[in-house]
Formats: sequence, structure tokens, C-alpha cells
Amino acid sequence: MTIPFGNPDRPNSYIGKTVPRPNAAKLVEGRGRYVDDIVLPRMVHVAFVRSHFAHARIAGIDTAAAREVRGVLRVFTGAELAEVCTPWVAVLAHLKGLKSPPEHALAVDRACWVGEPVAAVVATSRAAAEDGAALVELDLEPLPVVTDMMSALDPATPVLHEALGDNLAFRREHVEGDPDAVFASAHKVVSAKFVTARHTGVTLEPRSILVDWNPADRQMTAYHATQAPHMIQAVLAQHLDLPESRVRVICGDVGGSYGIKVHVYPDEVATAAIAKIMGRPVKFVADRLESFTTDIHARDHEIEARLAVDADGKILAMDVDDWTAIGAYSVYPRTSAIEGNQVVNLCGGPYDFAHYRARTTVVFQNKTPTCQYRAVGHPIAVAITEGLVDLAAAELGIDPVEIRRRNMFRDDAYPVTSPAKMRFEGLSHHASMDRLMALMDYDALRADQAAARARGVHRGIGIASFIELTNPSPFMYGIGGARISAQDGCTVRMDPDGSIVALSGVTEQGQGTEAMLSQIVAEGVGVSPSNVRVVTGDTQVTPYGGGTWASRGAGIGGEAALRSARALRGAILEVAAAMLQADQASLDIRDGAVVDADTGAERMPLEELGRIVYFRGDTLPQGLPRELVQTRHFITTEYPFAFTNGVQASYLEVDTETGVVTLLKHWCVEDCGRIINPQLVDEQIRGGIVQGLGGALFEEIHYDADGQLLNGSMADYLVPMAAEMPDMVIGHVETPTKESELGAKGAGEAGTAGAPAVVMNAINDALRPLAARVTHMPFTPERILRALGKIED
Amino acid sequence: MSEMFRAKIDIELTVNGEAVEGSVPAGQHLIDFLRLECGLTGAHASCEHGVCGACTVRVDGIAVRGCLMLAAQADGAEIWTVEGLSETAAIKDLQEAFVARNALQCGFCTPGMLVAAEELLAGGGVPSRAEIREHLSGNYCRCTGYEAIVDAVESVARTRAGRGAA
Ligand code: FES
Ligand code: FES
Repeated sequence: MTIPFGNPDRPNSYIGKTVPRPNAAKLVEGRGRYVDDIVLPRMVHVAFVRSHFAHARIAGIDTAAAREVRGVLRVFTGAELAEVCTPWVAVLAHLKGLKSPPEHALAVDRACWVGEPVAAVVATSRAAAEDGAALVELDLEPLPVVTDMMSALDPATPVLHEALGDNLAFRREHVEGDPDAVFASAHKVVSAKFVTARHTGVTLEPRSILVDWNPADRQMTAYHATQAPHMIQAVLAQHLDLPESRVRVICGDVGGSYGIKVHVYPDEVATAAIAKIMGRPVKFVADRLESFTTDIHARDHEIEARLAVDADGKILAMDVDDWTAIGAYSVYPRTSAIEGNQVVNLCGGPYDFAHYRARTTVVFQNKTPTCQYRAVGHPIAVAITEGLVDLAAAELGIDPVEIRRRNMFRDDAYPVTSPAKMRFEGLSHHASMDRLMALMDYDALRADQAAARARGVHRGIGIASFIELTNPSPFMYGIGGARISAQDGCTVRMDPDGSIVALSGVTEQGQGTEAMLSQIVAEGVGVSPSNVRVVTGDTQVTPYGGGTWASRGAGIGGEAALRSARALRGAILEVAAAMLQADQASLDIRDGAVVDADTGAERMPLEELGRIVYFRGDTLPQGLPRELVQTRHFITTEYPFAFTNGVQASYLEVDTETGVVTLLKHWCVEDCGRIINPQLVDEQIRGGIVQGLGGALFEEIHYDADGQLLNGSMADYLVPMAAEMPDMVIGHVETPTKESELGAKGAGEAGTAGAPAVVMNAINDALRPLAARVTHMPFTPERILRALGKIED
Repeated sequence: MSEMFRAKIDIELTVNGEAVEGSVPAGQHLIDFLRLECGLTGAHASCEHGVCGACTVRVDGIAVRGCLMLAAQADGAEIWTVEGLSETAAIKDLQEAFVARNALQCGFCTPGMLVAAEELLAGGGVPSRAEIREHLSGNYCRCTGYEAIVDAVESVARTRAGRGAA
């Protein structure tokens, strides 16, 4: 029996409605339980001593003074931890040629970036551990550093990891058709150089882990702020020589993640290793400087790209040369080649054209490792694509909306395969653009812009279409050898009081995962969402799953929840039919009671059925199944990824005297398939947009030529604040995926994917009459004034 | 150096309406005292630099950053944290508005954000959206994009003003 989603008056119609999040009330009362809130008996604290050089040989570590500090219990060096913890190598088989050296929990011979952990001090209080860490004397002999991306492969540049032979981590080139011939003969070729700045996630809750090792049970329990508990379980087990079954990862409340908390960090593994050595709970919470120097960075790319068009603005060919520098190591276990690989996969995504070449070159350098951060690769690919499309439109004198309409895949063209060989099941670029035009009243805005210009005020309108990769299959990580589940599961059970408990392998970090699951289970079984308790984030309790990343929670975890809920409904009705001596097909469950499907008349509340099954099973027919616990799993099989699409618009003002950009308004129309909870989807998009706006206008990690990180505090690294952010209008088109009954795709990253490009296009729209253009993010006042020729040196 | 910060100082203060005594290291920040000694884990330490506002609590009637104030400086002070403001239902309408509007995602910024927002609302009237945004600019939220927070605060200001007028 399928759910008639088209009928809003259907019984139990919770999917598609805004219902409150079950876990929000405790958070507004300050009753959340984040890792740092947890205190265990005999718990100790670890602080790390980190390299202050970007590249150095570790000649000696003097720990004597640190050991004298009151409260300090132990000091560990890399060599000591290496005895209980094996190093890892972050490569994946399907990313052909990717290389990276073995990485230890604490550096053993060599430190390769400022902030790499070298020693660990354990004390009875955090303050004492920090005092001790300050007294550990590192004898570091500086080695030559590699900091510049574009010269990393030059013969004159030192090789960072000698054993690897050169500084090339990964290179991939994809060619489709005959781009060279098309570029040679095209009506018009536009080109630009784009730079996206190295930035980071700045979760307000720093990375946090508390690990307890109970030698008597041989059981490790890690309370961890993570997006992927089962992945962490597998990693800790493998590198600390434990059976997976003896590692339990518990993920309670998490204070923001955005991809930052889906990776394996050396200091966190070191914390687990120390817990195993000391046989007592060890807590590590990064401080803010540690967050800036050791949370993964992302988006450090330089790109030369060109686009060939005909006289009507039809895209003929695209050519992209992407370079990215990933720091000193590829990050375990997802690797740091994915972002560049995504740029190759995603450029030109919305458009129907035939000739394509894209190459990514991924190099090592002595900086903090980069890896997957919200919308991985998308903001880069969208900026390249949409920047070039706008350039072509301006050169040909075509309106930016019109040129996109001439090139986007037709809404009835699907399924199609893009020149990058991405397969699209069903997208809605044209419908989304139409919706955007209506929401923003494009023509009126153009009139307002013209009126402002007449007053000498420079306003700009930016448009950016995009695609977003969601619901990944094993093609993302599993085929490369990583123990990262693309499948997810849900167990749903009915308790004697008729209430429902759902245990899911996807996790909650504030997106509203648990609310979404409660709605789906409520509709699937036939109860109110308030009667569904959701349990996530405990590897010993929930079905095995991947967790929450790559916008998979609703699409994968949600479908597993729906299937398990429907199975439970069937099991309940089978018992009910026997008890009521009715035909099972004539019964339904609505609002917590078994009813006649035709009339809706109540036959029996679920709590009565529960009472009989659990306490008076003797009264039921012998042999009647009474399995009020059901588990189902879901994995996508038809498509490697479920692509979504959308389009954003920005209206902003550039002060040409100060270079300051004021965001006036922002729009996003998004097609994430079936919407389960409209409010949660809209707020995911708004939050994502603002993270993208940060990358466009403010966020940039600065290093000097020696590899010293220069702005490692929130006072120096700017993130969006309330006063600078615009109100955002969100609209939707719904094209459900046919791969699942639920039809949901992901929505978590669309905002971040498109926002930098749309701001860039709006700024350049504002500056066009002044013959100025910016393509180097973030668009700081200085960069804008330089583009205007008002600063020169 | 560190020994000096460890010297103990005796303090007496009121936290959420209850008398509290403590002997605190001279270098301990108020946020750490509240979290570690009082078990009040609602307000959080995030930047520890006075920038993000996650540690905001109310001290003698004003919103203060718990990471910038020493516990020793709180001797004699009256302190309210989100836990106390919840128990007394002092900000119930604001909390309900945050939940209804989904003005929180991970919730890590929320306790500090609520104290800062209440300070603005306590001034009375209906602040403009720009004023709300300005007032909350010292409180970072990395999840929501702020619009829902502004909506929630605005709706409470309107409701309270309406009640006052009625
Ligand atoms: S932790 Fe106090 S302002 Fe950030
Ligand atoms: S809700 Fe996560 S930082 Fe504000």
C-alpha cells in the first residue's frame, strides 16, 4: 500500500507538515547534553602540545617540567602512543593514484603543520593539563616548508613527504567530446581565473570526545561529537586493536558539525589510545585556537576556466583547470581528493552541452589538512560555472536569466547524463527559475536597480543555478574500501502502552533529523508524532548506518524509517485482525487506534492491543505472529547519487568608495524532492546560505610564507553576524526521486552550494558599468577597491 | 605564573536565586565556575575570547560574557543563567517562540542568545528587525542564518507590547 502524498487530507498526514522538533525544548532550557557536559568518575583531561613550526624534525621532547605540575599524571609522546595505536593512510581505491603517507595520532619523527599534535599531557583538571602542556619543551629543527599551491610541483620546491617522490597527492582529468576543436572555432570564448579561499567550519561547539576504557569488560565507550558514529567505531577498533563489537560510540547533542565532525582527527584517536593505556575516562575538548589550526579546512582552490558559446549564447564547451592544496596529509578515511574530484564532477551541472574538459590537481603543503566541509566542492564548481555564464551573457548582451534558460536541461529531458558523466534522474531547472522570477519580481528589481544607478548607487542582481549531490550510494566511499555505510536502517517497535520507539542509524546535529524521523514513523504506523520517541547516535543500540553527511538523513534514513514503520503497521494489523476477527485489509491505524478503514470507526486503541500482546498473549491464537518490533534498511541502487537542483538570487549594494557590500535580500528556490517538514527544510537552506555568504564575503584563513596561521581566533577570522545578514525568501519545486517511496532527496547543502556564486555575480553586476570585476573570494572591501582601481600597489 | 592563578579566593554570590559559596582559583572564569562548580552547563564556552556570546549569562541585570569575567569578580553578584530563567518561567514566551519558529538548530548558541535577546526585550517596545539584528550581533549562530532568531524575538516583542497595551 502506497501513501497518497498528493492528498493532504489523508489519515495520519504528518509527512509534509511542519511539526515541532521533539528535542528543541530541552535545548532552549539549557538541558542539552554535549560531550563537555558529561562528567564520569575518575575522569581526567588531556591537553596537546602542538608543533609551532609548519615543518620540523622532532629532535627531542623534554617532559620533566610538565610532570612536576600539580595534577599532571602522565605525558605521552608520539613514540609511546605508536605502541598501542597504528598509523593510517588516507587513500581510497577508486580515486586512482591518490597517495598520502602514514599518519600517527601524535607525530613521531616529523611535524608537518602548525598545530599538529606532538605530545599529550594528562591531568586531573583541564587547567592543570594546559599548565603542563605549556611546560613541555619541544626540540624542533625546522625543515623547508611548502606553502604555495601553484609552485608545489615545481622542481625547485622541496618535497614534503620524501617517500612519496613529489608533492602531487592526486590528479584527475576528464574529457568528453572534443573541447579543443570547439574552443578553436567557437563564436565567443570567455575565460576567468577564480580563487576560493581556504576556510573552515567554526562549529560553536569545538571538537569534543570523552573516551572510557573498561579493562574488565574489554569495552571502550566513546562519547563523541560526531556525524558518523559507526565509522568512528570501525576506526577506533582497527587502530587500537579491538574488535568492533567492543567499541561503542555514543553521540548525544552536537553543537554544530557541517562536515567538520565527520572526519578522524589525530588528537581524538590519541585521546582514545590514552584512555586505553590509563584505563580511565579521558576527555578532550579543543580550544578555539586548536579549532582553527586542527579542524579540517576546505575550499583552498585556484581555477582557470573558459567557456565557449555560440552567437545565441548556447554553451558549446567548458574547460576547467582546478588546483587545490590539501595541507600535509589526506584526511582519514574519506580522503582529501574528494573536493577536487567534485569540482570535476559538478562544473557545468545545470547545462546541456557536449564538450567538456576538467582537471583537478591536488597537492600537499605544510598547512592544516583540508577535507569535506558542507557542500563539498559545490560552491567552487557553481562559482566557476555561473561566473562564466554571466561573463558570456554580458559579452553577448543577453540577460543572465535568458542565457540560463537557453542552456539548462529541459524539465522533460530526464533521465540525462551530463558531460561530466553524472546521471540525473529528474530535475526542474526551468520550473525553479520560473518560481524564482515570480518570488523576486525580477523585472521590478531591475527597475529598482536602474533607478538606484541613476542616483549613483551601485546595486547588483546575481543569479546562480546549481545542482547538488545527495543520497550517496557506496560509489562515494564504500567502493574505495572505506568502512562507511551508504545503507541505513531503522528499528521501530510498539511498547505495551501503544507508544512507538524508533532507533535510527542517522544522527542529529541540529538539522531536525529526529523530528523528521518522528513524522515519518508517525505517518507510517498511524500515530501522532508526539507518540514516537526517536533514538539516534549509539552504535550499541541503533541499526548499523552511515550517520548524517552528504545530505543523506532524510533520503536514506527517512526511507528506512518509512519501511520499518509500514512493516510494524502490518504486524500490528495482523494481530488486530485476529483479535477482532476481521479481514486485515479492512483495518487501518489512525491516531493511535485500530479503525475500520472504510468508516474510520474506532475498533481498538493500540494500548489495548499492547496490553493483550505483552501481558495476555495466552488469549491470542497459537502460532499467531506477534512481532511488534520491525527493522528495515534502505540503500539506493539505481543511481550513484540523487541530484537535486535549485537557483539562488542576490540583491546587494556595493559602496564604491569603501568597497563594502551590503546584502539587501536573498532568494533560493530548491527542489529536494519530497519535503517532509517544510520549516526544517527552509531553515536548513537559510543556515546553509549564510555559511555560503561567509565564504563569499568574510571567511579566509591566512598563512604567512613560513606556514604560520595568522588569524586563529574568532576576533580575527570573521564569520557572518546577525546585523550583516539579509532576510531570505525560500521557495520550492518538488520532484520526488523514484528510487524510494518517500521520494526525499537532501536539502542540507543547497544553500551553501549556490550562495558564493550568486553574491559574486551580483557584485559584478553592480560593478559592470565601472568595468570592474571580482573573482577572488572572499570579496573583501580591499579586493573590491582593487578591482575598481582605487587601491594599487 | 600558574601558581598565582591557582591561589584560591573565597566568593559568595547568588546564582539563579540560590546562595552559593565557593573557593575559586584566581584565574577561573565565571563560565567555568558555573559549568564546573555549579553544574550549570546551559551556557557554553566557545571562543573564550569575548566574541561569540555562547557564554552569555545575566549578572546584576545585564548580559555579560562569562568567558571575560573572572569568578572572583562575581563576589556579591546576582547571576541568572538559562536554567534559572527556565525554572522561574521568566523567558517562557521567548523559549516557546524559539521552538515554534525553529530559531535553533544545534542549540549550542541558544542559552546565550536567549539571555542577550531578553536583555533587548526587557527594554520594552517593539524593536525593528535591524535593531534586533544589531543587538544580537555579539552572539554568533553558525546554524540558523539568524533570520528565524530575529523572527522569534520580533514576535515576542509584539506579543508583549500587545499585552502591555491591553
Ligand atoms: S565563549 Fe565567551 S564570548 Fe565566546
Ligand atoms: S543553533 Fe547551532 S550555533 Fe546557533
